[in-house]
Amino acid sequence: MRKTMAMAVVLLVWCGSAWAKELQVGFVYVSPVGDAGYSYAHDQGRLALEAMGGVRTSFVESVAEGQDAERVITTMARKGYDVIFATSFGYMDPTLKVAKQFPNVKFLHCSGYKTAPNMANYFGRMYQARYLTGMVAGAMTKGNLLGYVAAFPIPEVIRGINAFALGAQAVNPKAEVRVVWTKTWYDPAREKEAAKSLLDAGCDVIAQHQDSPATQEAAQERGVYSIGYNSDMAKFAPKAHLTAAVWNWAPFYKEMIRQIQAGTWKADAYWWGMDRGVVDIAPFGPMVPEGVRAQVLAAKEAIVKGENNIFTGPIKDQKGVERVAAGVTMTDAELLAFNWFVQGVVGTLE
Amino acid sequence: MSWEWFLPIVAAAVQAGTPIFYATVGEILMERAGILNLGVEGAMLLGALAGFWTSMVTGNPWVGLAAAAAVGSLACLLHGVVTTVALANQVVSGLALTILATGLANFLGTPLIGLPAPGFDQRPLPGLSALPILGPVLFHQDVLVYASYLLPVLVSVGLRRTRFGLRLRAAGESPTACRAAGLSVLRLRLLACLFGGALIGIGGAYLSLAFTHLWTNGMTAGRGWIAVALVIFAFWRPGRAMVGAYLFGGVMAFQLRLQAAGTTVPSSLLLMLPYLLTVAVLAASSRFRGVAGAPAALGTNPEPSE
Repeated sequence: MRKTMAMAVVLLVWCGSAWAKELQVGFVYVSPVGDAGYSYAHDQGRLALEAMGGVRTSFVESVAEGQDAERVITTMARKGYDVIFATSFGYMDPTLKVAKQFPNVKFLHCSGYKTAPNMANYFGRMYQARYLTGMVAGAMTKGNLLGYVAAFPIPEVIRGINAFALGAQAVNPKAEVRVVWTKTWYDPAREKEAAKSLLDAGCDVIAQHQDSPATQEAAQERGVYSIGYNSDMAKFAPKAHLTAAVWNWAPFYKEMIRQIQAGTWKADAYWWGMDRGVVDIAPFGPMVPEGVRAQVLAAKEAIVKGENNIFTGPIKDQKGVERVAAGVTMTDAELLAFNWFVQGVVGTLE
Repeated sequence: MSWEWFLPIVAAAVQAGTPIFYATVGEILMERAGILNLGVEGAMLLGALAGFWTSMVTGNPWVGLAAAAAVGSLACLLHGVVTTVALANQVVSGLALTILATGLANFLGTPLIGLPAPGFDQRPLPGLSALPILGPVLFHQDVLVYASYLLPVLVSVGLRRTRFGLRLRAAGESPTACRAAGLSVLRLRLLACLFGGALIGIGGAYLSLAFTHLWTNGMTAGRGWIAVALVIFAFWRPGRAMVGAYLFGGVMAFQLRLQAAGTTVPSSLLLMLPYLLTVAVLAASSRFRGVAGAPAALGTNPEPSE
């Protein structure tokens, strides 16, 4: 009897230690993974973790922001997950609440601004990629009118639109960006209608801050160009798709897990950029001429080297008032609270 | 700016109104036979999914459309059987259908999100599309829109001038009289579910096969509920349903175009317009007409004696 118990204890300890070595990592997505889009990009990062040793991952998709999120995150924490990535803005407060209840679990929240001793927040400098796609759009437009189908007027989206406009103006001072808000992240019918309204207004390149490729479809039907977002959307509109501003979460997720495994991880606010490969642009479509490609790649080089910070003055707002003085670069705090449009953007902020 | 800027809005209104129009006519057919169906939203969503999936697998959007009609019929028949055979409360059964169908469609449809499928593209009708004003508005559309132009005539004539239409209406006005005439209320109501459901399914498939060529969870986004409201606005008449659906589509298209034109009106206010319109229309139509035009036995179940 004693022998069996001793064996059981040994077995338990052995199992326990083997189990402890494997890090359990959970992901919470706001939309279905699909095969393009915001959650898809995060899931590609998750798959990169799977390839690492000693990591087991799983995910829950289509989790509504708010109450549902809190329930899902709590369940994960209770089931013994070591690390939980909550990948949507609206998960911020639920994550914080759960993080306080489970001090031994590490939480990483994407696109928010709150931290706790065991909760980090992280995002990527997508505006750098937006700037480059803006350059492509500015170079390819014939009527100097660019359209932008956008989800919600929050700093993340506004920052992207501003960077896109500045990029377009860098190669084409006459470029104007028209913004239409859909007030939804994912409603293909409405996104397509919004894209068409921009095309009817005379826009000949349209970009999007939406999760579905409906905008790409609308551009291709009219025989004009489009700029994708989240991941390479060329397969949805091969004749229209110039390039896309894309996420690449793998380097960031791998580094976080490496630090957690090594015990050096800190609950910081991480905001990685193009220099570390978190954001990038998709391969150019065949219609983008060599000269434009070279110009954009040179700008990319400057961004990676830190020579071009994009939001460096002089920058004027919609009314022509100078908001950033010449030579001054906006701080991260200012970028994270962006609530005004640069000159050349036509649209409201409400 | 000339008045021509208005034409794209009207053309967009027709397109945005078409899915709602199909669903509204489907609902009218069912309600004229006495069945109140609050499951439109769910049946539309199932239709959108079935149409998209079948079109993707077979590569033929027409097969997809047939599948959407069949699935819409099945969903509404379920509601019909529950209310006419099992005599369940129509409001509760309809709501249950929406909840069940939404959940089912999202469960089955999640793997299809973001995949491409063939659909219906815009094809100008030769000849007619050259007409001034009407051409660009009505005849630069896709084949499902063209088919929908025939609906008010077909359904009105069918309901008013055919014996079957008379019987169908009798099942909705006075099931007792209907039965006294030796007709089966049950059979008539189930047939209404069959035809109405097919139209509702096609309305859903319009979103995934013509408006966009994509599937996404919850893509009907409340259009089924708007259809239920439009039935009252239309006083249960298909012709008026067409006006209502286009009006609604127009307000939607108009607010996006106002934004694209660079208006300074906050977009939050503009986005309220379609819903304000729904409330206003419902209030106005009940103020001036009461529930005149509503089938007398709408929402009531036939006696179990059958």
